[in-house]
Amino acid sequence: MRLKVLDHYEIGRDLRYLALEAPDLPRGYQPGQFVHIKVSDSFDHLLRRPLSLCRLDVAAGKLVVVYRITGAGTRMLSEKIPGQTVDVLGPLGHGFPLHDGDRHAILIGGGIGVPPMVELALWLKRRGARVTSVIGFQSSDQVILTDELREYGDVLVATDDGTCGHHGLLTERIDDAMIASADRFYACGPTPMLRAVQRLFAERLPGYLSLEERMGCGIGVCLACVHGIRTDDDVSNKKVCKDGPVFCASEVVFS
Amino acid sequence: MKEPTSSLQQVDLSVRIGSLCLKNPVMPASGCFAFGKEFADFYDLSELGAIVVKATTLEPRLGNATPRVAETAAGMLNAIGLQNPGVERVVRDELPWLRSFDIPVIVNIAGTTVEDYVEVARRLGESEDVDALELNISCPNVKCGGIQFGTDPAQAAHVTASVKAVSRVPVIVKLSPNVSDIVAMGKAVESAGADAISLINTLVGMRIDLRTRKPIIHNKIGGLSGPAIKPIAIRMVHDVSQAVHIPIIGMGGIMTGEDAAEFVMAGATAIAVGTANFVQPTACQDIISELRAWCEQAGIASVTELCGVAWK
Repeated sequence: MRLKVLDHYEIGRDLRYLALEAPDLPRGYQPGQFVHIKVSDSFDHLLRRPLSLCRLDVAAGKLVVVYRITGAGTRMLSEKIPGQTVDVLGPLGHGFPLHDGDRHAILIGGGIGVPPMVELALWLKRRGARVTSVIGFQSSDQVILTDELREYGDVLVATDDGTCGHHGLLTERIDDAMIASADRFYACGPTPMLRAVQRLFAERLPGYLSLEERMGCGIGVCLACVHGIRTDDDVSNKKVCKDGPVFCASEVVFS
Repeated sequence: MKEPTSSLQQVDLSVRIGSLCLKNPVMPASGCFAFGKEFADFYDLSELGAIVVKATTLEPRLGNATPRVAETAAGMLNAIGLQNPGVERVVRDELPWLRSFDIPVIVNIAGTTVEDYVEVARRLGESEDVDALELNISCPNVKCGGIQFGTDPAQAAHVTASVKAVSRVPVIVKLSPNVSDIVAMGKAVESAGADAISLINTLVGMRIDLRTRKPIIHNKIGGLSGPAIKPIAIRMVHDVSQAVHIPIIGMGGIMTGEDAAEFVMAGATAIAVGTANFVQPTACQDIISELRAWCEQAGIASVTELCGVAWK
């Protein structure tokens, strides 16, 4: 579908906020799903870019993604101005499952893994759950979405260089008391962070990891974005785009 | 005033590949359509000329480590590594469902040895749900994934003849462009009994990540596909189609109905759509309607009229 650009601006170094007019969105979406976007109509940058949903406001008919400019393709996308349209597929994949009875959830986002936490935090808050967001960035000029997340609960920030919040890893901001008070965790970010999060919560708190992998089609066909997932005693390749990107943390196998 | 013929009659898009009758010349390329289920969410698969499913091997294969893809200028590299559930599960779990659509089902097969190919062909032959086989002797992404059969005319002929001997359905051979003499390869498989030739598989390529200073794809090399390779594919279809008497299924970077028409003019009887399916799930459906519209505008009554018009 072709969606019209409503807003498109910088919210951090190399980070862009893109709001699209989306009047006919499917009702059954979940936080943690992604949209697959063409950066241009030419064949030069052929493949779509998977961008996680930051907000999906069905009532207002608006969809928001936040993305990082990482190369010539996303640079091209960043040149779209309000009124122009982009080719969007989705929402795709399986997002974060929500559980009845959860009273407190820890949301962990690293870098460009922070945006999907905004929609998730909103959903959890609406269900009456307490939300603690623990988010990490390289540096203060890349710290994003703190105000949005603060609307739904406490926000703890860490940066690699100490220019904002805690100087160090975001996992260092999660203490035993926080874990003891929580029912579940949700995490999205770079693989080393997910690996550390999985280790931190192992046997202590159930949760979910949203994986990142180079994608092709986004609909489960090309088998580019597979990841090892443990089922019973076996490990099999699951498709991050179609079976995921969210998987049960204890089932994710990091090589 | 005389009406233009195009508005009076529907363009005839039907073609024949050996004994297979296709309602139109457009099919997905193997490996770019999985086993079809995902696309059935987007359109009725019965609209296709045929379906070509993912390469099937004797045993299940997990495929290569990731990253498996990298974008390139007007194309992409892939090194999936023939991930598939193995022939038993393909026959049991995938093919019966495809039978519910009114289209020929072509199963791509790959192996390490001639015996592998023969055994997969034999097991598929026991299924009523297979209308043709496509021999993958051109996968660049696994050590012994058939590429050795794809670069030597004598070995290509040997595996083709061996599969022909056990197959009750037509055998299509998918050739690699990574050879110095594609015509010799085409002639070799024709003389070994191939019923048709698929041209081309991907070209071997590489991309290096400037930050890590290492190849992006874990397998280091991958197969290049997409619009970037279309001129090479057109040239090969043009040359091989004039040197053999069996039909050619042309493929390599087809994104539009006009691209499809170009392949037919080069000498392809049918065409396959690969990478475009990853960009636009409705690509095959779109290309069929674009090809029909193009023929109508050009005053073509039957797409077969176009086959090989570029030869002379």
